[in-house]
Amino acid sequence: MKKRTLLLTGVAAAAIATGAFADGHAPLKVGFVYVGPVGDGGWTYEHDQGRLAVEAHFGDKVETVFQENVPEGADAERAMTQMALQGADLIFTTSFGYMDPTIAVAAKFPDVKFEHATGYKRADNVSTYSARFYEGRAIQGHIAGKMTKTNKIGYIASFPIPEVIRGINSAYLHAKKVNPDVEFSVVWAYTWFDPAKEADAAKALIENGADVILQHTDSTAPQAAAAEAGGVITFGQASDMGEYAPLPRVSSIIDNWAPYYIQRVQAVMDGTWESVDTWDGIGPGMVGIGEITDAVPADVKAEAEAMRDAIAAGEYHPFTGPINKQDGSVWLADGEIASDGDLAGMSFYVEGMTGEIPN
Amino acid sequence: MDLSINPILLVASLMVASTPILLAAIGEMVVEKVGVLNLGVEGMMIVGAICGFAIAVETGSPAVGFAAAAIGGAILSMLFGFLTQYLLSNQVATGLALTLFGLGLSSLMGQSYVGIKPPSTPKLDIPLLGDIPVLGPMLFSHDLMVYVSLAIVAGVWGFLKYTRGGLILRAVGESHDAAHALGYNVILVRLAAIGFGGACAGLGGAYLSLVRVPQWTEGMTAGAGWIALAIVVFASWRAGRVLLGAYLFGGITVLQLNLQAAGVAIPVELLSMSPYLITILVLVIISSDRNRAALNAPASLGRAFHASS
Amino acid sequence: MIRLEKRPTPSQTWAYLTPLVAVVATMIAGGVLFAFLGKDPIVAIRTIFWDPVFGEFAFYYRGQLLVKAGPLILIAIGLSLGFKAGIWNIGAEGQYIMGAIFGAAVGLAFYPMEARWLIFPLMIVAGALGGFLWAMIPGILKTRFNTNEILVSLLLVYVAESILASMSLGLLRNPEGAGFPGSRNLRQYESAANNELIAGWGMHWGVVAAFIAVIFAYILLSRHIMGFNIRLTGESPRAARFAGVNPNRLILFCLGLSGALAGLAGMFEVAGPAGQISIDFNVGYGFTAIIVAFLGRLHPIGILLAGLLMALTYIGGEAAQASLGLPAAAIQAFQGMLLFFLLAFDVLTNFKVRFGREATV
Repeated sequence: MKKRTLLLTGVAAAAIATGAFADGHAPLKVGFVYVGPVGDGGWTYEHDQGRLAVEAHFGDKVETVFQENVPEGADAERAMTQMALQGADLIFTTSFGYMDPTIAVAAKFPDVKFEHATGYKRADNVSTYSARFYEGRAIQGHIAGKMTKTNKIGYIASFPIPEVIRGINSAYLHAKKVNPDVEFSVVWAYTWFDPAKEADAAKALIENGADVILQHTDSTAPQAAAAEAGGVITFGQASDMGEYAPLPRVSSIIDNWAPYYIQRVQAVMDGTWESVDTWDGIGPGMVGIGEITDAVPADVKAEAEAMRDAIAAGEYHPFTGPINKQDGSVWLADGEIASDGDLAGMSFYVEGMTGEIPN
Repeated sequence: MDLSINPILLVASLMVASTPILLAAIGEMVVEKVGVLNLGVEGMMIVGAICGFAIAVETGSPAVGFAAAAIGGAILSMLFGFLTQYLLSNQVATGLALTLFGLGLSSLMGQSYVGIKPPSTPKLDIPLLGDIPVLGPMLFSHDLMVYVSLAIVAGVWGFLKYTRGGLILRAVGESHDAAHALGYNVILVRLAAIGFGGACAGLGGAYLSLVRVPQWTEGMTAGAGWIALAIVVFASWRAGRVLLGAYLFGGITVLQLNLQAAGVAIPVELLSMSPYLITILVLVIISSDRNRAALNAPASLGRAFHASS
Repeated sequence: MIRLEKRPTPSQTWAYLTPLVAVVATMIAGGVLFAFLGKDPIVAIRTIFWDPVFGEFAFYYRGQLLVKAGPLILIAIGLSLGFKAGIWNIGAEGQYIMGAIFGAAVGLAFYPMEARWLIFPLMIVAGALGGFLWAMIPGILKTRFNTNEILVSLLLVYVAESILASMSLGLLRNPEGAGFPGSRNLRQYESAANNELIAGWGMHWGVVAAFIAVIFAYILLSRHIMGFNIRLTGESPRAARFAGVNPNRLILFCLGLSGALAGLAGMFEVAGPAGQISIDFNVGYGFTAIIVAFLGRLHPIGILLAGLLMALTYIGGEAAQASLGLPAAAIQAFQGMLLFFLLAFDVLTNFKVRFGREATV
């Protein structure tokens, strides 16, 4: 029991420390827990760019700490506890797998604020945030459908999780809308990170006739494969991948966490932080659409930009009925807009997609 | 659902896909042939990947990059060589430590190279051979390193089989005490082999970062070094079968992705584990066929050598 | 001229001293590395080695040391028996995954029934069985078809990872998880949870199992005929065969036992610290345990200490990342250096360093 008392004392000490920081004399301490290395050039890299933006914006009013390569599970729990013990006021946990650890640690440190990316469990001191990447996918689908000559679009996917399936459906629906003959072939890499495998997957798709490659993996390997093959277009993922513009990369989806991170840090400073569920898209700037290059015909580019603006303004939702599921059953009636709940847990293909989702 | 996989393109891409593991595996085979087990292949590959990438970016020449990768891999392997040959440390643990160290070191070296595009490695345009209808695009349309890897395999095979040096090398691996008694410098022979293995692993890593991907990201070898180790065992320490093993593994990896791209209705989970399962299956068939096949391992493999013992 | 002269028997003194010398050498070399990266070397070294055990938040870290060391020790003990006999199970990572899947599957099958006395023991058995069966594949292929166990056990790790991914996306997925991957959290299911026995201590059943395994291995190796057979086979396979050791039975025993222990480690991890089956459940314990086994010189007590030391570098290294901003890569390189020094200085246990020319033998 003595140890238990000690632990609680420690928690209390941390809480006191937090209180001391919050009164404005000391910098606000913000922690970031990353699942990959900051040098991954993709998911974690962009979160770290967000961290650097926070530092640049607030200067010496904040102190940021981060831990990279943190595996999900026990290690994540320790990383968060460690940051909380050392006086962090706000902790961003940036991987879906950190969900249960975040909730568990948050319960032990009621005075520390937590922000968990891409999850669905919240508490009084735990917010969740995620990005509507499917909005960007809709624009990609439109460009892809217009530009494909072989009517075959290749899609490199990681694992069959809702986030990935949502992206495939969104891209497919918008490609189909402008080109009824379009076909998608999906390759599941079954890995989050293996650049060599991504290169092979891209090549396999191109050899099978695809002249547009969409990717839900973070390396530039597919861009290089497309550049080599020639006559194939691609889109940057997570980062702009501008080094492959104007061809094969004709546009990109950029993860832009900076505005959100700055806003949340400000809220803690102002004492206005509340537990919220944020799911932002192009409008608030969480999803960035990289420059559409001149390789895209002017009219297509104009349409794509119009769609981008309509989505940003909230005038158009990429999942607007009528949409049927793959088995032909009705999902959304005419004019009906998909609920966030349906989107969050999406585990089916829409009508017209061939192949099955592995499970 | 048409089975539109083009065998010509498939062979062409399997040769590219297999080259990194082929290079690393042929180097490791020589190392094991002299009786040393270096489990640090992954670490040497990734250090080669960043050395090659960084130097190629700085000089603008992929060829210089590849040379730097070979040197980088060889230098790192000398650390292993010094520890295991002079200080007689345990080879298995030292090799694993080398992998850990190499992964860390490469990330430190590569911090300023994330998100850069390397200079491209040209494909050879072989005049006559490249124009042969089927074989041309299949075999004769690659970059130089593909042929270098094949040349190294042939060279190692010839060296081990026909030269005196190869004989000494094998003698050291089979019985270091006997080789020592015959007056050969066991440690020097082993260091040379370890260095060769490191250089080959470095080349394999650079092939990933300069040609196959091409990009630098931390941990980008993603386990290729471990596959190379498995290929050496698969090959029963024979050069020809290293080639077979690497191309088999690379070939199935490429084929399974092609099957997915063509929309063949085989569960993806099964496809994604197929390269490993089929490699095991083939090994089982080969080793049960000839009872002694698995006994080909060099007799002194993994054992420390000290002149007084 | 420096040369090494073999000691007639390993030096007891140096056997205890070398780890200390190695740690000191690592501190110096690591300090240089950290200074090179622009960090205060003394603060960095203190953060890694001292703070987790004696620092301000040691009350928390000490428990975490056990959480991290437990699976490493449990797996390494099993591996060490095989390594002693020259049987190379490189695939403990795969057996760890399969143990976790089996254990979790049994626990989840009973959900939400409350019967800890039945469910938790059954999960332990299932976890051990999962690892055992996965290790039997290389075992049987080796004894039947003479297939090399290094290759089979290693490649089966990747197969196990694929199975893990499809389990967390399919069969074992949390039905209330809104389609997200990953199983239910076993820690929140009373009958299946492997929680800390005393809050804050880090001690859970997996750590207890690791300590039991250390004692068991110690007795096996020093008192039991099987332990004698293992050592004999490792030193001289021919002599062992003359002594009537059945090599096939020994292979199956060593692989099976190491698989079962790795499976147990996986099961305790999934029901405790990790909590759930997820795509990225495994974090490399099976490979790190190989280092731990050799660092501990394949001796049970040595493995216990080596496991704790490795855990310390992980915990301290993480702390240094978060508090000093050291990149994870620097910690990895530092761990590599520590291992190099530990392995290098080991030479002093078995050899004397002599200066000058070789004496007449």
